Amino acid sequence: MEYDAGNYDVAVVGAGHAGIEAGLAAARLGCSTLVFTINLDAVGNCPCNPSIGGTAKGHLVREIDALGGEMGKTTDECFLQSRMLNKGKGPAVHSLRAQIDRRKYSTVMKHKLELQPNLFLKQAEVVGVTHAEGALWHVTTRMGASYTVKAVVFATGTYLTGKIFVGDVSYDGGPDGMFPAAFLGESLKKLGISLRRFKTGTPARVLRSSIDFGGLEVQKGDDPVVPFSYDTLVPGKNREVCYISWTNEKTKEIILKNIGRSPLYGGKIEGIGPRYCPSIETKIMRFKDKKRHQLFIEPCGLDTEEMYLQGMSSSLPEDVQIAFYHTIPGLEHVQIMRTAYAIEYDCADPLQLNSTLEFKDFPGLYGAGQFNGSSGYEEAAAQGIVAGINAALKIKGREPMVLDRASSYIGTLVDDLITKGTDEPYRMMTSRSEYRLVLRQDNADERMTPIGRKIGLINDERWARFLTKENQKKEELKRAGETVFAPTEELNGILVSHGTTPVQTGVKLADLLRRPQISYGALKSIDAGRPDFPEAVFENAEIEIKYEGYMKRQKAQITEMRRYEKLCLPENVDYGSITGIRAEAQEKLQAVRPENIGQASRISGVSPADISVLLIWLGRRGKG
Amino acid sequence: MQHFFDMPSKSAIAAISTPQAAGGIGVIRISGKDARKVAEKVFYSVSGKKLDDIKGYRALYGRVRDEKGDIDEAVALNFREPNSYTGENVVELSCHGGLTVLRRVLRAVFAAGASPAGPGEFTRRAFMNGKISLTQAESVMQLISAKGEAAARSALAGHDGALDKKIKSVKDSLVAAAAHLSAWADYPEEDIPQVNPDNLGNTLLNAEKDLKGLIDMFEAGRAVREGVKTTIAGRPNAGKSTLMNLLSGCERSIVTEYAGTTRDVVENTVMFGGIPLLLSDTAGIRASADPVELIGVNRAYGMIRSSELVLAVFDASQPLGGDDMNLIKEIGKTRCVAVVNKIDLPLKADIDFIKGKFKHTVCMSAVTGEGLKRLEETVASVLGTDKLEPESCMLFTERQRNAAEKALRFVREAYGALKSGVTLDAVTVSVEGAVDALLELTGEKATQAVVDSVFSHFCVGK
Repeated sequence: MEYDAGNYDVAVVGAGHAGIEAGLAAARLGCSTLVFTINLDAVGNCPCNPSIGGTAKGHLVREIDALGGEMGKTTDECFLQSRMLNKGKGPAVHSLRAQIDRRKYSTVMKHKLELQPNLFLKQAEVVGVTHAEGALWHVTTRMGASYTVKAVVFATGTYLTGKIFVGDVSYDGGPDGMFPAAFLGESLKKLGISLRRFKTGTPARVLRSSIDFGGLEVQKGDDPVVPFSYDTLVPGKNREVCYISWTNEKTKEIILKNIGRSPLYGGKIEGIGPRYCPSIETKIMRFKDKKRHQLFIEPCGLDTEEMYLQGMSSSLPEDVQIAFYHTIPGLEHVQIMRTAYAIEYDCADPLQLNSTLEFKDFPGLYGAGQFNGSSGYEEAAAQGIVAGINAALKIKGREPMVLDRASSYIGTLVDDLITKGTDEPYRMMTSRSEYRLVLRQDNADERMTPIGRKIGLINDERWARFLTKENQKKEELKRAGETVFAPTEELNGILVSHGTTPVQTGVKLADLLRRPQISYGALKSIDAGRPDFPEAVFENAEIEIKYEGYMKRQKAQITEMRRYEKLCLPENVDYGSITGIRAEAQEKLQAVRPENIGQASRISGVSPADISVLLIWLGRRGKG
Repeated sequence: MQHFFDMPSKSAIAAISTPQAAGGIGVIRISGKDARKVAEKVFYSVSGKKLDDIKGYRALYGRVRDEKGDIDEAVALNFREPNSYTGENVVELSCHGGLTVLRRVLRAVFAAGASPAGPGEFTRRAFMNGKISLTQAESVMQLISAKGEAAARSALAGHDGALDKKIKSVKDSLVAAAAHLSAWADYPEEDIPQVNPDNLGNTLLNAEKDLKGLIDMFEAGRAVREGVKTTIAGRPNAGKSTLMNLLSGCERSIVTEYAGTTRDVVENTVMFGGIPLLLSDTAGIRASADPVELIGVNRAYGMIRSSELVLAVFDASQPLGGDDMNLIKEIGKTRCVAVVNKIDLPLKADIDFIKGKFKHTVCMSAVTGEGLKRLEETVASVLGTDKLEPESCMLFTERQRNAAEKALRFVREAYGALKSGVTLDAVTVSVEGAVDALLELTGEKATQAVVDSVFSHFCVGK
């Protein structure tokens, strides 16, 4: 029996990393927001690795934070160990990553949702979404509650028609022993949304006291810790370390002997798994020449003895798992607390979405996270905040927020998903951004905070702090261009000791910083006029000076790219009727229905000649 | 739709707009708001007037030049918007000479700030500005896209020409380098081999060499298609005209036993070993008091400077003299074959001295024809046409050459950055720029190629 459970502006289906950001953004922008979770103890759960950030993912977290999201702050509150990856490889690829206390992260996030005005967090399984009168939607729960809402954000993660695989054992289930969302998939199909099956997996969790840590390489955190959030003024301290071990020929032998018992290789799993997060059996099958594979042993929290075996996900039977884990140095007697498993789930083809993550054919319905074919907590949160913001802006009758590829990794992620689609769970990487020297983790605030402020997610205090930092940077850049050092013995001593040539005449600070070998740190003893600004200001200024030429070029490319992004294509173009476009391109364009010429040009199978014809057609339309 | 008309189109574009075949007058069309500004950098009028000073439909007579000097005489025809084919400001430069000259002028126009016109771009602009109807525009576009595809298929997919193999091998090596750099940056905790700067440097140096070779092949291919502006020069009575006649197979120049018979430039196009040589026979180079002869000598110097190939003729039956030395000096770095003529007569010239001054020397007799085959082989080797597969060289366009040169610039930039210690993230951007430029030739996309390569070559992932 259904009953009318009332009205909300926005319903968010799922309270994982995407659902959290979507719900918080919508509520903070003044929409009454209902966030559903199948289990209240799984809000903000990390069913895979107990860490946030990493290459390109760290960039996403910083951007989410700079836009007014929550992930960065909560990570700063809950981290166990923090590292800046890729130091020495250049500022574009510096990436922050933190091991977190996963239960604490979940508790803190849940509490934040509970305390958020305009937001109501509810445990319920959503079983149906249907049209309601007046461009509204009905969202129905398994208990028969029917809510009427203006917008729905699907953030269903791996719950949607989830199915667990461990060897020949398989059953319907969500992550971490949760129930799956068993009915919603059918409801969405009935509505006309096209779904497909993806697959992912996770390694075993093992008992700390059963590991022999002697002989394992220890990996420590950074000192000092760099926080994720621009709001975290005093970063916390590292509390834990991680360990590194390696598989060997014996591991390989056991896996190869039992490969026929893998549901993936035995043909039971139909979902498509990610290339970048392969199970250990996939790594061994695909790279047969490789003698060993690395794994990380990571703590799951301060009040648990569970340890996570990063790099060792598997869907082999439990007895095989025990056997091959026991071949690994340090894990000879390891006791498995949670068995590794693979999970298959329903997700939507993201080509159905536009750049606000709203379904093109279903105004008011939005998708975020694994539901859109991505993978990873950070990718999920990034889409969550985009969907949440846009749902709210639409309800409030405001302009949508469209982040293009040149603005951010968030924009690149969304653009890749909606124009290229994805054949596997999509993971963000720095190599996916053609503008990566501009899209750095150190300038995420410069790129995103003005947007967050305009939308209404950045408060006065934070805005003032941002403006101060910007002014300080401007001042410092000016000073670097004006300050001249005499060619003293001391200066030349510094230059020579850093492996660069001495100077004969006076030299500007900026010119010294342009040298790859010279940093602010190196010049500290002679730079008497250096103002007392935060470290981040100097870091930012130095990068801008050093990479000025590259950035100028990337910015010119961005200007060029944006011209095409501004050329909007009407919503209901019949591409089949435009003569001159090749049949293959007509099909692709018809399927994707790009919003502008820029998007159209990135669709695979659409050639520059097709774009020319499209431009001509568009031009005539403009004139007519 | 109002954005449509602020779009990419306003910057100047240029292309050769006469049929791409040898002979007659050729026209380079420059279109865009800045067309006159671009043209002024390449063209200067004899009268000193600027294109900005004259009305539409008016022309100026003058010369076109590039950084190396004057290229050709030219007439610049001025069209002011909206009264032109495209509806924008247009300058048309009419030059003589063959396509070789036109290509050089076009390159100078690109260097002056114009971009290569995309397929159908003049037409597209004409349409945008209401100069032609949609039906007209569509038929032009269809023609272009169909042609482009056929060319792309035969050039890049279907056949195994040396050029295609070379593009692919350079591209593959750079994609592999970019993929390694990306994997190494994106998977810092995986078991990825360190990026070794020396190896990367070698990859870049090899790519540079290959790209240079590729561009040379473009040049050689162009030599076959469009001919090579060749000057026969030498002191009076060295046998220049006899050589010209031998090459032409007919009496084109007036040959007498008196030195200084050829007082002006005599031109002829001959096929020599499959290469069209646009031959100019010049007045003999010598210090002279005769003002008429002096004009001829000065013209000969001018011809030497503006040629792509010089055949420097020396008389083996006479000792080398001051006029020969002047010629050697005048030739400087111009591509040249030294032709030691009259070997049928008793030898008096110091051949070893000549061999020491020139990379390529051929001893022959223009009278008996002895050594003509050697000359043919040497010319082919100097022009690089000996290594050329004729079917593959026919397909390459100035746009593609542009892409190859862009790739070369990026490779050099990457190498320079690597050597000066710039961080590898920036080096990666340059490497990917090079890959991107090469993928313009093959129609793939750079970041996607790199991402795919990461997964096929490296075992990555938690």
